[in-house]
Parts: sequence; structure tokens; C-alpha cells
Amino acid sequence: MTKVTTTNYKTIKLWKISERDKRPEGYNLKEEDGRYRDPTTVTTLRVPVFRPMDLMVEASPRRIFANAHTYHINSISINSDYETYLSADDLRINLWHLEITDRSFNIVDIKPANMEELTEVITAAEFHPNSCNTFVYSSSKGTIRLCDMRASALCDRHSKLFEEPEDPSNRSFFSEIISSISDVKFSHSGRYMMTRDYLSVKIWDLNMENRPVETYQVHEYLRSKLCSLYENDCIFDKFECCWNGSDSVVMTGSYNNFFRMFDRNTKRDITLEASRENNKPRTVLKPRKVCASGKRKKDEISVDSLDFNKKILHTAWHPKENIIAVATTNNLYIFQDKVN
Amino acid sequence: MFTRGLKRKCVGHEEDMEGALAGLKTVSSYSLQRQSLLDMSLVKLQLCHMLVEPNLCRSVLIANTVRQIQEEMTQDGTWRSVTPQEAGRAPLDRLVSTEILCRSAWEQEGARPAPGLGDGHVQGPVSDLCPVTSAQAPRHPQSGIWELDGPREDRGGFHKSLDQIFETLETKNPGCMEELFSDVDSPYYDLDTVLTGMVGGARPGPCEGLEGLAPATPGPSSSCKSDLGELDHVVEILVET
Repeated sequence: MTKVTTTNYKTIKLWKISERDKRPEGYNLKEEDGRYRDPTTVTTLRVPVFRPMDLMVEASPRRIFANAHTYHINSISINSDYETYLSADDLRINLWHLEITDRSFNIVDIKPANMEELTEVITAAEFHPNSCNTFVYSSSKGTIRLCDMRASALCDRHSKLFEEPEDPSNRSFFSEIISSISDVKFSHSGRYMMTRDYLSVKIWDLNMENRPVETYQVHEYLRSKLCSLYENDCIFDKFECCWNGSDSVVMTGSYNNFFRMFDRNTKRDITLEASRENNKPRTVLKPRKVCASGKRKKDEISVDSLDFNKKILHTAWHPKENIIAVATTNNLYIFQDKVN
Repeated sequence: MFTRGLKRKCVGHEEDMEGALAGLKTVSSYSLQRQSLLDMSLVKLQLCHMLVEPNLCRSVLIANTVRQIQEEMTQDGTWRSVTPQEAGRAPLDRLVSTEILCRSAWEQEGARPAPGLGDGHVQGPVSDLCPVTSAQAPRHPQSGIWELDGPREDRGGFHKSLDQIFETLETKNPGCMEELFSDVDSPYYDLDTVLTGMVGGARPGPCEGLEGLAPATPGPSSSCKSDLGELDHVVEILVET
């Protein structure tokens, strides 16, 4: 049995997910199709028995946490104490208890007194995997704030502010938009956190605020296309990122149903494609390559041929095994490490 | 499908006329791109606002982009308007400067200090106007670099609209959209031309306008007042004690 929280912009639901592969048969008062039997027709009694059935996964809502958010919720994160969780919208972060649905505590509020002064919003938030009093939230200006709930009830003052200085040689009117962080994830160890902005993935050491320790370019070839991507709104796409179980590899999605993995130790990276046409189940995925400029080699794809409607925004890595889930627009793919 | 991303072009300090013209052409192409980006952004903001559930993050990012473009446009204007004292500048630069100063006086109507011309001093642009424009008053005050801003001249009015956007996003009152944009006179009807057309195309850049003025025949009058038509009235009001 597992519990999952979901949100649809403003309401949070806690679901119980269970698997069922047996069902009881042989009730005395009910037919198999559920109709009630006339008790006067019952002449013998029997004990119902469990019979196998096709595996069914059921989700049933258990709690509904409503009406605490004015703006769209972008993150939910369960605390390491397994009793509380946070939910974040564009301007506020609330703290909930899993058992209490009619009350939450506001722990971050960046709404300005005058909405005319609004220039920055919250884009993602997450609890630290080990310290139940610590959480981070990222912003549309590319900053990450780490907060300690022990410091005060309202965590308006951050304990740490992570921000990389801007590279003046890359400055353009789109600099701020592409610096906006779409996802933040702590490593399993709790020592690092990863952020995803439009063009890159950055790994931060929690002990160093002034710059990330590692930066990986996801699709740098898009930098010269930012104006078009702004025009067709792709520049606002929010990609997620994830760690593998041992924190040695990070993964994130891109366009054309490509997703990318970066090995932090070997510094090697790979681009793979999630599509039905190219892959039958059980075949090994072939590495893909995008040709940024110049002569296109065989099997490479040129930037102008990329399909920007096929975007992989959501990816997840099993916490222990090398099994990943990758979501395209209409399909969910599960891949695993090739087993010898 | 893809166009080059926008990059800030460095306009150097060219001294000769050719250099100045070439510089202006580069600036003109950059300015056109910048203007079309501004137009595109304004349309996006308006569309954002029309959604039942507006996306606040997107709106904020687009609004910040608009502000950046605006600030840069203002800085460009300010940078040019500082030059009138330097007699050795090329005539084209001088024309651009005076254009800004004349245009700034228009902005005085709203009792806002003109950018870069001192703060709150209503008489500032007026005192600057007369000595500078005696021999080189532009014949067509409507052309020049500020034309790129389109019919909407009052920057203060624009800021107000941006602010209103956020207020209405908060109160979620789509009914007041018409009022919201009533004073933002952006030429949306031109957007297609601007976006599909080319950098060389639909709009006259400052270069073309200024080339028309280049002969710079000194006007019959020596005072700026008579040259600038409607501006006379405003200037008279300001100067009269």
C-alpha cells in the first residue's frame, strides 16, 4: 500500500494506492454480479473464498486539503517526519499535517503589499530529506533560498541564499526567463541539491551559496533560438529533474521526446529518445545526438528538425533500482538497465 | 522558422558621418528587433490576462522582460540627450539629441520629469531647448528614434497599465480589460507585419527619418518656439511667469 499526494492547482488530495489480485467469491446474500439474493431462496450456507483475478491497481482518496491556496500550486513535498508536508504556490508556502485537512500554517509569504511591485514568484519547493526543519524554495529569478523552520514561524528570512552571478557575455532580454528555476531536488544524501533552469541543470553544495559546483548543459544549441522559443512559448516550459538512487547520475527531459542523463563521476552524458516508433519493448535504446551547426552526421538530428511539441517535462528514477519513468505528452515509458 | 536570438549590439563611438550612419543602421536593426519583441510581449501579456486562470509566473516573467526593454530604450534616449553641449559632434548626432529634448517637453504635459534631464525641474528641458535648436530644429518632430515607441509616448501611462495588470490578475476581474488597455495605444494591428516581415521592412527606422532631415536647412526663425508648432503653446505656458 502506498500513499500519494496530488494537486490540481489549488486542492491537494491524499490517495491510498493499493493492488488487488484476489477477490472474494461465494457470498450468501449477494449474487456474483452484486444483486441481492432473496433470503428466502437460501437453503445452504457457504464460506466465501478468495479467488485470483487480474491485477488491479486502485486509488482511493483519503484526505482532501482545500482552500489554502490563492494561486496555482507548483510543489508538494512530504517531510522526513512523515507527519507533515508543504505545498507551495506562486507566492506562498503552507505547512500541513497529513491528518488535519482544515488547517495549514503559512511559512513563506512573498506577496508584496502592493501587487504592482511583484517581480518574482516561487517556482518550486522541497523539504530536506533528513532535516525535518529545513526546506528550500526556488524563484523565477534563478535564486534558491534555504529556510529553517526553527528560526521563526514565518520563514521570510532565508538562512541561505543560493545564486550564481550572471555571465555578462551571455546577457540578453531572455536572460531572466531562462534563469527561472523550474525544479529543485535534494540529493538522497541531503548534501547537494539540483536545480533545473531552461538550458541547464546545476548541482549545488549546500555549504556553498555563491555558485553551483557542477553545471550540465541540457540543450545549449537552443540558446541562439531563444527569440523563437519565446514567441512560441516554449521558453516557459517547466522541466523537472531527478537523481538516481546513489546520487551519481542526474536526469532531465528535453524536446523531441529526448531525455538526458549526466554521470557526475565520469562526466559523460547521454541523450535517449522515448518513442514507440524507434523502440520495441526490450530493445536497447540507441544514443541520440543533436547537430548544433555545420555538417550533420548520419543519425544526427539538426536543431531545426526538432519537434518542440514533443517535450519530456516529467522524469523519475527508482530510489533503489536502475528503473526510470519518462512521460511524453501522451505516454508513460518505463525503462530499465539492460539485464545480462 | 528560427531567427537569430537577440543580442545587444555595441554601438561604438564613430566620429565620421559614415561611421555614424553605419552605427545608426545597426542600431536601427537592433531597435526594430527590440520593438517587435516589445510588441510581442505586450500581446502575450494581454492574452495572459484573458485566461480564466492566469499563469502568474508567466505574466511576471513577460512583464519583467517588457520593463527591461523599456529601461534600455530609456537609457538609449538618455545617453543621446546628454550630448548637446559637445559642439564637435557629427550633425546627425546633434539632430537626434535635439529631437529627444523636444520630445521630452511633450512629456512635461504630464508633469513628469523627462528622463535624464534633471529631476522634477519643469523648466529644465525648456532652457535646454532654445540654445540647442536655433539652427537645427528638425522639420518633422514626429520622426526620429522615439518614433519606434509608436503612438504611445507617455511611459508613465504604460507603467500604470503594467501595474493594473497585476492588480487585476489578483482580483480576477476580466471585465475591466478594456479599461486596462484603453490608454495603451500599442499598434497591435501592425504586429503581423512586424513579426512576419523583416528587419528591413515595415517600419521606417530612425535612419530613414533622419536622412530626410540631413540637409538641415536652417529654419527661417531663430527661436525654437515658432518652429515647433503645437509645442509653442506648451512652452509659453511653462515659461510665462
